[in-house]
Amino acid sequence: MTIQVDIVTPERMLFSDEVDMVTLPGSDGQMGIMAGHAPLLSTLDIGEIMLHRGNEVEYIAVGGGVVEVRPDKVNVLADVAEYAEEIDIERAEAALQRAKESLASNIPAERRPVMAAALRRSSLRLKVARHRRRRRERPSFDGG
Amino acid sequence: MANTREIRRRIRSVKNISQVTKAMEAVSAAKMRKAQSLVTSTRPYAQHASEVLSYIARLPSIDSELDALIQIRPTKRVGILLVTADRGLAGGFTSNVLRLTASFMREKRAEGLEVEVVTVGRKGRDWLLRYDPVVRAEFMNMPDSPTTYDVSPIARVLIDDYLQGVFDEIYVIYTQFVNTIKQEPVVEKLLPIEPVEPSIAMAPDYIFEPSPEAVFDRVLYGFTEVQVLQALIESIASEHSARMVAMRNATDAALDLIDSLTLTYNKARQEGITNELMDIIGGTVALE
Repeated sequence: MTIQVDIVTPERMLFSDEVDMVTLPGSDGQMGIMAGHAPLLSTLDIGEIMLHRGNEVEYIAVGGGVVEVRPDKVNVLADVAEYAEEIDIERAEAALQRAKESLASNIPAERRPVMAAALRRSSLRLKVARHRRRRRERPSFDGG
Repeated sequence: MANTREIRRRIRSVKNISQVTKAMEAVSAAKMRKAQSLVTSTRPYAQHASEVLSYIARLPSIDSELDALIQIRPTKRVGILLVTADRGLAGGFTSNVLRLTASFMREKRAEGLEVEVVTVGRKGRDWLLRYDPVVRAEFMNMPDSPTTYDVSPIARVLIDDYLQGVFDEIYVIYTQFVNTIKQEPVVEKLLPIEPVEPSIAMAPDYIFEPSPEAVFDRVLYGFTEVQVLQALIESIASEHSARMVAMRNATDAALDLIDSLTLTYNKARQEGITNELMDIIGGTVALE
């Protein structure tokens, strides 16, 4: 049994296909959803979406949003989302560095949550991007 | 008759103008194609978001504070989000959207309502400051392909103003992109959201995590954002196609002018030669 998953952001349709299971960063904790799940509306945290198909897993970084689950369909309305393959590692590292530095320095109190969110976003990006590397290495490994 | 050197100089300068307008046309054409491809990209999100919003709005268990976001309250103050371009030279693009804005503002004031405007783009801001300074906030220098990152401050201002009762109704005025040669300024209501009939695909009963209010809040924000984004993208696509057409017309006009100037120039040149010949002939006749 597979379940249809649509991931949309305001800018584009990121993903629309059937998967065996999808793991989402719900605001009340990580949740795995398979076909036949009870109808659910939940907010999403900054985190990673995992799309399981057979033995393959696809990773998507998501920066918050909402998910609507029906027994046969999952609609993810993400604020921002990108594939692990699309992540610019250098930029994410630079952003992480910047966020760390400004949090360590004396920044105005109202800027703190902004920088803290930036810190979480960039460290998530790096975490998701690492999956891409691992996945790339695997085929040659299996072949040997 | 005009002297030939003068005409030659004019031909040269008009030729230069035609080269510039031609280059601008090419640039606008490229930017327009890019913006055009973005026009439909926000649709899936807007569709889903408006369905979810309408669904939650109809839930009987929703508390009264949320109601305020979707239910009509007595209107005293109207907010307008006016989307224009930063630059001119785009034919009637700016004046068309401003004319609509002016008449919309008159209309609302005639009903005894107060009006304030949040502007996107330098042109709308300049116009307001000159004729009717009711600017609540201004945003400028939007990129050619805006993202949610660029529009989220705008959406935040609007939603905050709405929730705090600064505005009872918010409209967006922008230029809708119909096709390359047709763009139409339109007024659309942004807030309060008018619930649409959710498609039958929505399940009858949902579990909410963490609460209906939290989900609603999130979707409402995203939905407003995507509507602002859509207005911006449409406006950008319209701006570039308006400029492209305006520049093409300018190039054509310049080429016509070159033709007629060349004709005048040749006539003047011929006349000069004829006059010279007549002088010579007149001279020889006088000598005989």
